[in-house]
Amino acid sequence: MDEETRVTVGSRAPVIEPGHTFATVTDKISSIVLTRPASNAWFLGFGVTFLLTMMLLYAAGYLFIRGIGIWGVTIPVAWGFAIVNFVWWIGIGHAGTLISAILLLLRQSWRNSINRFAEAMTLFAVACAGIFPVLHLGRPWLAYWLFPYPNTMQYWPQFRSPLVWDVFAVSTYFTISLLFWFIGLIPDLATLRDRSENRWTRMIYGLLAMGWRGSARHWHRYETAYLLLAGLATPLVLSVHTVVSFDFAISIVPGWHTTIFPPYFVAGAIYSGFAMVLMLAIPIRKVYGLEDFITQRHLENSAKVMLATGLIVAYGYIVEMFMGWYSGSRYDAFLIWNRMHGPYSVFYYCLWACNIFFPQVLWIRKLRNSPVALFFISLVILVGMWLERFIIVVVSLHRDYLTSSFGMYYPTRWDWMTFIGTIGMFLCAMFLFVRILPMISIFEIRTLLPQAEVKAE
Amino acid sequence: MKRDPIYGLMAEFDNPTALVEAARETLNAGYKKIDAYSPFPIEELPEAIGFQKNGVPLVVLVGGILGGLTGYLMQYWISAIAYPVNVGGRPLNSWPAFIVVTFEMTILFAGVAAVFGMLALNGLPMPYHPVFNVPRFAFASKDRFFLIVFSSDAKYERTETRRFLEHLHPRSLSEVPS
Repeated sequence: MDEETRVTVGSRAPVIEPGHTFATVTDKISSIVLTRPASNAWFLGFGVTFLLTMMLLYAAGYLFIRGIGIWGVTIPVAWGFAIVNFVWWIGIGHAGTLISAILLLLRQSWRNSINRFAEAMTLFAVACAGIFPVLHLGRPWLAYWLFPYPNTMQYWPQFRSPLVWDVFAVSTYFTISLLFWFIGLIPDLATLRDRSENRWTRMIYGLLAMGWRGSARHWHRYETAYLLLAGLATPLVLSVHTVVSFDFAISIVPGWHTTIFPPYFVAGAIYSGFAMVLMLAIPIRKVYGLEDFITQRHLENSAKVMLATGLIVAYGYIVEMFMGWYSGSRYDAFLIWNRMHGPYSVFYYCLWACNIFFPQVLWIRKLRNSPVALFFISLVILVGMWLERFIIVVVSLHRDYLTSSFGMYYPTRWDWMTFIGTIGMFLCAMFLFVRILPMISIFEIRTLLPQAEVKAE
Repeated sequence: MKRDPIYGLMAEFDNPTALVEAARETLNAGYKKIDAYSPFPIEELPEAIGFQKNGVPLVVLVGGILGGLTGYLMQYWISAIAYPVNVGGRPLNSWPAFIVVTFEMTILFAGVAAVFGMLALNGLPMPYHPVFNVPRFAFASKDRFFLIVFSSDAKYERTETRRFLEHLHPRSLSEVPS
């Protein structure tokens, strides 16, 4: 590639603004962590989200004392908010892995400036997701029973159950995401170690960098390991939401027992994940002056991914309706009728508006290039994707086969406190992350610079 | 055995092109034990310092195979031997239901092997290393490129090697105390 194509492609915005050198890139990103003082706004944001995290702790603590009767879950809707929020959070996490692994394999080098915080987002989102099924167990202190281990009860998990698959899928996903994120950080931690003036921070970053010195031999093995991890994470991320959808699809509940679920869940996950990436990236690049690295190009590309995955989700909705008619099953047909005319129908129409109709404005280039517009469109999509999971979980369960077992689901204040609490925990972790670790991969940005090219003699 | 007080000779360069050229010349001049340091991966560099063997893929493959076997055999043993449950007359070894966990365990073991195998082959963690004794080496993680000839190299000779590195026009040249 010549310098021109490396920096700009055609008339589109560049991946990185011209004029940067290895030194300016390093200083710009590492100074946010090392020298820039935390602003009052940061303390305010951190304080509020920290209080919300404490609220989560309170709600969870009360649940440990009183049991899940404090939630709105009951028969017939035994899954409620816990599973809605679990699926919503884990879906959000998927964009991070998509950006870091799949786009790496596809040689989409624009990913280099957003992969680090997208991966952090994945970790925090999966952590939030994991809370819900554990609390939902009923006796959450016995959560370790989910794992196979020799015990005095001589009991073992039932491996024919998708709920056990889910345990393995989600815990593997969290482990691999953590490792991927951490090895991506090692060279940048070495940079922070060498830049830091303070003895203590130098020691901490030094310990975490494990003595990384940038040897050519090390880089070679590092890149191989990184690429292989990306290759492993790619099928993994697709499998995780597939397995989550199996939790539904393997059962015989109308609206759940359908083969469209795995692809439609994965597309929906990436859809909501990119919305969250944009909602985080847009304020971060503004506040920390990172417009040179997270450019219009990144915003526009993310918007295009949302547009594409949003259309796949629309296809999923249409197939669901078609199958309600084509299957000839009166229960499936009733499910569709109930979605459109039942007690929760207003949410169903909101879902269509938020996820399908409204995001079509992304076809307009001007809106794809407007950070403010993208921020609000992303917010609408996140709300829509939450409603989608609400419709899937609650509307399917509350009226299935027997009219005698029809019922309604109303979340309690504890449901809301737990849900809003996890949003607080997620944002609180992001606030800490941007202050203590480089939120953009410094070494991968260096490779994007035209100077990084070795010129042939 | 008394250690050589000098660990090696280190030359500093401004850009990746100069480093790769210098590394090639040093290798061609007959120096075998050399290494190069850069703030980001450079595709041409491993070959320029004569490094070809990369054990990482094999470690990952072994990890993946072990993971897959562990995953399947664990489920087989649990479901067919240790805790057999008859579900509607289905076979105890109902392998299609075991695919998901087998797959996840394959990925888990391979991924863990990739990270820890890479670190182990690189000899990390290693908080102390002689190259850190050179003050300018702090720039190796920012915008400078370094080439080192180790004193353990057969062809290494203090003045001769210094002269050789000088003719590569480095930005600076330092002896690395061990």
